[in-house]
Amino acid sequence: MSENVTRRRMLMTLPVLAAAGIGAGFWKMLSGMGSGGFDPRAIHTPMLDRPLPDFSLPGLPDQGNGFGAADLRAQTRPVLLNFFASWCIPCVAEMPALREIAAHIPVWGIAYKDKPDNAARFVARDGSPFTRAALDLSGMTAIDWGVTGVPETFLILPGGRIAWHGASELTQRTYETQIAPVVRDAMTQSAVK
Amino acid sequence: MRRARLAWMAAGMFCLAAPAFAVDDPSEMLPDARQEQRAEAIGAQLRCLVCQNESIEDSSADLARDLRHVVREHVAKGESDQQIIDWMTRRYGEFIRLKPRLSAATVMLWGMPALALIAGLAIAGAVLLRRPKAVPPLSEEERRRLAELSPSTGND
Repeated sequence: MSENVTRRRMLMTLPVLAAAGIGAGFWKMLSGMGSGGFDPRAIHTPMLDRPLPDFSLPGLPDQGNGFGAADLRAQTRPVLLNFFASWCIPCVAEMPALREIAAHIPVWGIAYKDKPDNAARFVARDGSPFTRAALDLSGMTAIDWGVTGVPETFLILPGGRIAWHGASELTQRTYETQIAPVVRDAMTQSAVK
Repeated sequence: MRRARLAWMAAGMFCLAAPAFAVDDPSEMLPDARQEQRAEAIGAQLRCLVCQNESIEDSSADLARDLRHVVREHVAKGESDQQIIDWMTRRYGEFIRLKPRLSAATVMLWGMPALALIAGLAIAGAVLLRRPKAVPPLSEEERRRLAELSPSTGND
């Protein structure tokens, strides 16, 4: 009889334990979403550590000749490639940070599905952060890069390898905590070689 | 009666209606009906990365429209369904497939229906096995006690 009772009691704790386990899982997910460590909507680009896709784009009006994959591959320093548009609010918001980041690392820009004149005016308005700028009018180059929306930023190492990808507004902090360490690692590695 | 007939008519109309895809502009569609049908079937398996729970055939997001266009271009070029879906996966990752492939990360997802069925059958089996097969007949003692407790029968 008493054996039956302890067994029943043990069975009663099962659902409690299961609920506790599920609760702990949800708590971990939610706290991760709060701190930014976990984003269920994040798109993990398969482009990382791959050579960059081929493309060749025209420039913005009065802002150089544009650029292509060959120009990026020929770089001997890491480059940030930023997809932006004048119609995108986070792109407007990230411009001051981009200007600061451009003091540390060259930033190249691709205007995504933008009117050429609007893009040129947007870039030049408070001083362009971009070393070079190009226009992807059809948005097809952005699709080859796996871009799902603007702003999106890629770190390209010499030789044309994609080493970092960010799909949200860039900040000085993102640069310091995420991009700069990757650049440092890459540079020390290439120095060792 | 009339209301019931109306309801049946409405239900019939729902069943007859073709699935509404978000092709905003008829010029998007391929001229060849069979190719267009194939493109729609491929697009229905691809996630719109902007809205995330719609296929690119259902979504009216800008990116979805561009991807529909890409799918149709590739269909017109004569590529297979697999080639087109691989093309998308190379750019956007596994996430673009609305139906994920079986892999180490998705094995629980695919295995869960079978696991749930097995667990349910196991529980049902255990419960059935534990149930005593036949109730043993009352002992002499029990029968006497029952007669004591029950009111005299047959008089009501």
